[in-house]
Amino acid sequence: MSDNNIKMASEHLDFYYGDFKALHDVSLQFRKKQVTALIGPSGCGKSTYLRCLNRMNDLIPISRVEGKILLEGEDIYNTSWDVVSLRRRVGMVFQKPNPFPKTIFENVAYGLRVNGIRDKSEIEKRVTESIQQAALWDEVKDRLQESALGLSGGQQQRLCIARALAVEPEVVLMDEPASALDPIATQKIEELIHELKQQYTIIIVTHSMQQAARVSDKTAFFYIGKLIEVGDTDTLFTRPRLKQTEDYITGRFG
Amino acid sequence: MDITQDEYQDEYPEKEQKATGKAAPEKTVKARYGIQEAATRLQTRRAAKQRMIFFFFRGAAIINGLALFIIVFFMVKNGISAISWEFLTQVPRSSMTQGGILPCIIGTLYLSVGAILVALPIGVASAIYLNEYARPGKVIRIIRLGINNLAGVPSVVFGLFGLAFFVIYLKMGVSILAGALTLAAMSLPVIIGATEEALKSVPDTYREASLGLGATKWQTIYRVVVPAALPGILTGSILGISRAAGETAPIMFTAAVFYTPKLPDSIFDEIMALPYHIYVLATAGTDIEATRPLQYGTALVLIALVLGMNLIAIVWRSRLRKKLK
Repeated sequence: MSDNNIKMASEHLDFYYGDFKALHDVSLQFRKKQVTALIGPSGCGKSTYLRCLNRMNDLIPISRVEGKILLEGEDIYNTSWDVVSLRRRVGMVFQKPNPFPKTIFENVAYGLRVNGIRDKSEIEKRVTESIQQAALWDEVKDRLQESALGLSGGQQQRLCIARALAVEPEVVLMDEPASALDPIATQKIEELIHELKQQYTIIIVTHSMQQAARVSDKTAFFYIGKLIEVGDTDTLFTRPRLKQTEDYITGRFG
Repeated sequence: MDITQDEYQDEYPEKEQKATGKAAPEKTVKARYGIQEAATRLQTRRAAKQRMIFFFFRGAAIINGLALFIIVFFMVKNGISAISWEFLTQVPRSSMTQGGILPCIIGTLYLSVGAILVALPIGVASAIYLNEYARPGKVIRIIRLGINNLAGVPSVVFGLFGLAFFVIYLKMGVSILAGALTLAAMSLPVIIGATEEALKSVPDTYREASLGLGATKWQTIYRVVVPAALPGILTGSILGISRAAGETAPIMFTAAVFYTPKLPDSIFDEIMALPYHIYVLATAGTDIEATRPLQYGTALVLIALVLGMNLIAIVWRSRLRKKLK
């Protein structure tokens, strides 16, 4: 792990739901300020893998992890790691927009407050910056004190991104962030991902191969719990090395 | 109202038939005619059956509403003559055949408020533990079984328990404290049940979003989960307490006395209470027949108090819900 450009990596990662082995020996590296797309048919383990990266799977009582996941070279499954601080550093945007039933302002301020920022003007400043970063500011600047549930689906998802950005994560995980949105909202999210990668390491699970091709630098193809092929997005989509990958990206199955 | 497919066909049978007849090509119409005929015949039977069943359901719902209406009507008719400013603000006089019921109103209010103050924190805390922290397993199953069975314990048993434990063993005497604790014990299962239901209805996506931002489990619970569940928690709890507040058995050994003109000045004082006062007037009063209007009047006040508490709960819930939207 001498490469300074590696932000996060997994080494020989196995994941079990009870007796069922959902991930087999997945080793993968994520470079700083790059977008990596995880693709593959439903049930292939890509979302499970993503949720290992911020230990969201800890919430499932019968789950178990073997192998290592490294953040800046340190194993996050090491018992001395504080999972709460991990999740601050590795943020997450979920499949369905899930704003809290609070005001727009409070949604974004939430992460700041739980992480101990009390100063009012500091919170205001960071909330504004995060909403601007998520390309939502012009649409909500006059209604920050209104409920977030009144926003459209696409706006809600950008608010969730703003909420994730407010705590200044180093890595942003996105679990099919546009799958519940219409094409225009999807396009906005994708443009946003382009902007964000100048600052963040982004890992995105997507069902849409066009989306993977549009937004990512690297693509990893998962199938039945295994990492089949990983490479530069351009190469993987034009000249895949393996037949299985080619079959999937050309739509022959999946 | 939702219109089911059956009802839709019921209302527009011709339109439906025309539509299907048109859609099917000429040739197959004849071949399918058998099944269509059968379906038409069945349709009248199905529609009749549906109408009959809905009639029963509707009847059941109407009987329910009617029961409440009859009770309230009966109480108002018999008790309204007793209600006066004096009745509500004076102490009983002349061996409780005259005067008012102020000590009983105050007593019941104290008991209810005391029960809420004790039962709400304990009940909500237990429910949070059971629903948010505890890992499913044998211990939890046993605790849950205990809570469910507690809900089935008759109120007189709670009264005797309160007498044995709070009044005698803990030496509280017949007092507001002992009565409120007994009522609290009685309403705990209801509060726990209501709170658990309310917590379950909070979507997991809220919890995930909060944890994903680096919040601890406790921060997630008190900043996101409980506020979202609060309307359900409060309504369920107040309904549980108001139910208990109308009970006679739990307080007759623990808090309420036959007669005391003195308003309580500490939680260790004994008191009069509305349900027990009704019981006393109706069964052991000095002149049962002559105090009938007083009995109905007291019952009317008790019902008004309980309905009032429920109303507060409902208004409060809808306010909170609006705030969350």
